[in-house]
Amino acid sequence: MTTNSQAVQCHDVTKHYGEGDTRIDALRGVDFSARFGELSFLVGPSGCGKTTLLCVIAGLLDRSGGDLTVLGETLDDLSDSDRVLFRRRNLGFVFQQYNLLPALTAAENVAVPLLAADIPRKEALDRAKSLLVRLGLEKRVASFPSKMSGGQQQRVALARALIHEPRIVVCDEPTAALDHATGEAVMELLASNAVQPDRAVIVVTHDSRVFHHAHSIARMDDGRIVEVTRPNGSFVPAGVDESELLHKEAV
Amino acid sequence: MNFVALRMLNGDRAKYFGLVFAIAFCTFLLENQTSIFANIMRRTGSQILDVTDAEVWVMDPKTEYFDQTKALKDTDLTRVRGVNGVGWAVRLFKGNPVARTSSGRFAASFIIGLDDATLAGAPRKMLLGSWERLREPDSVVIDQAGYVLLFPKEPLRLDRTLEMNDHLVRIVGISDASPPFQSLPVMHTRYSEAVNFVGKERTQLSFIIVRPAPGVSPKELTARIEKATGLRARTTKEFEWDCIRYYLKNTGIPVNFGITIGVALVVGTVVAGQTFYLFTVDNLKQFGALKAIGVTNLRLTGMILLQASSAGALGFAIGTGLAASFFEVMLHKLATRHIVLMWQCVGITAACILFVVIVASVLSIRRVLVLEPAAVFQG
Repeated sequence: MTTNSQAVQCHDVTKHYGEGDTRIDALRGVDFSARFGELSFLVGPSGCGKTTLLCVIAGLLDRSGGDLTVLGETLDDLSDSDRVLFRRRNLGFVFQQYNLLPALTAAENVAVPLLAADIPRKEALDRAKSLLVRLGLEKRVASFPSKMSGGQQQRVALARALIHEPRIVVCDEPTAALDHATGEAVMELLASNAVQPDRAVIVVTHDSRVFHHAHSIARMDDGRIVEVTRPNGSFVPAGVDESELLHKEAV
Repeated sequence: MNFVALRMLNGDRAKYFGLVFAIAFCTFLLENQTSIFANIMRRTGSQILDVTDAEVWVMDPKTEYFDQTKALKDTDLTRVRGVNGVGWAVRLFKGNPVARTSSGRFAASFIIGLDDATLAGAPRKMLLGSWERLREPDSVVIDQAGYVLLFPKEPLRLDRTLEMNDHLVRIVGISDASPPFQSLPVMHTRYSEAVNFVGKERTQLSFIIVRPAPGVSPKELTARIEKATGLRARTTKEFEWDCIRYYLKNTGIPVNFGITIGVALVVGTVVAGQTFYLFTVDNLKQFGALKAIGVTNLRLTGMILLQASSAGALGFAIGTGLAASFFEVMLHKLATRHIVLMWQCVGITAACILFVVIVASVLSIRRVLVLEPAAVFQG
């Protein structure tokens, strides 16, 4: 059960691939929560299960066990098509490799989530253009991805993730393909535009140079959350449900 | 999302042109080869179709096709005329004399002897001269290709002479008769003249051509004639198909063309289908991103179908345009005159292209539907 401030809550979530000798446990009982109005970082070494956890939270992968609540919904209760609709309405995605459609201009790429929701093309493009202007990309509205730098492409991807005003934005290594200065600029943009009181932003990264943007940092290792730290210095040891601590703090 | 689908399709110009070209090439090859084959087969019965006055052909019971004739008796004509339902019946002679020009050039020819009184059975399209002049003694009408063969690089001119079986004959008209299977010069003359232009045989009557009386169908009349005379009677269409079937069965033409058409079909369809499938595979990451964003499988299926059908339609249109242009050029060459792009071949090719598009779409759709959207996070 999520509290009002929590967008995502995982308890003892497990995920494994294969069976028998080929079984790989990607998540081994993860407790994790993401609050509205916060940038929650999932950090850890490669292969520790960060991206798998992100996919499970986003409803792109089914978990093998445990409890997961996203925006008060248990995704298991939703049919496949309802889950797609849930993603379309409530989630925005920023990918490591941007995944912009190369044949579409920046504005058209940003408009895709609106077009998928059957919003008329003109209205969708108008909204996309205004958002790109807000993100400082007014000169790149009609540019194709191949004509843009990595930083610009990631900003367009960010605009695409935000255009339909989702309640959760998930970002997978958004700065991994960028140099430090560009990555920092993208994170600034993410922090200033994506973070809203009614929106949770979850960022998977192992780029420690951008950790200072986080409101909370969940450190993963070998499929488990080993610690959760917050900028105010509080520390949540492994195995302790952070939401309980937060609830106590609030009381 | 339709515009997204189309932009994805033509966004990569090289792949897009490759795909459209593959379909256009396949279309062109199929339409070209099937039409040429069908037209060549039609030539086996072209002289039958040229006879537009009559609808029923009567011949010896053992005759299998137009070029194989055994002469009938003159009394057979009277017997046929006596069958109930016959409007009129006239004799038709077919022979293969050798025609020589005064310069010594010669060619084996195809001569049709028409009923002296009615000239029934003459092809109607004349390029020079008139059918009526066939009533003059020792006169023939020759087709344009035959004229060019016997008088190469000379302008079409009437009243030139030919020698056939020691007879000097005058060209009184130049026709646009359909080319026969063997591309020989086609000459028309009166029956009484034609029998003199070839070596004499005891009987000369090759065919009897018949027009049914009003209210009697050709099919019904053939049955009546066969019953009453014991001769073989076929409608024009049936006789044409007899010829086509004979050549299909007894020559290597269908095998040779069949191999070409088969190769065109396999190569064209495999190339076109594989190109489209690879196009989808190359775009899997994009489809994965769309799935993650929340585009439904139904919508993605529609997008792929739209991409396949639009590429298929454009490729087919270009291929058909190329084939039509090819046949338009060929139509004006004497050797390939009357060889046209047949609508049936266009229809068959359209069905083949549709099949390719459907197969490629199904494979592509399957690939996209089984794609885990989470794959888009994998680097």
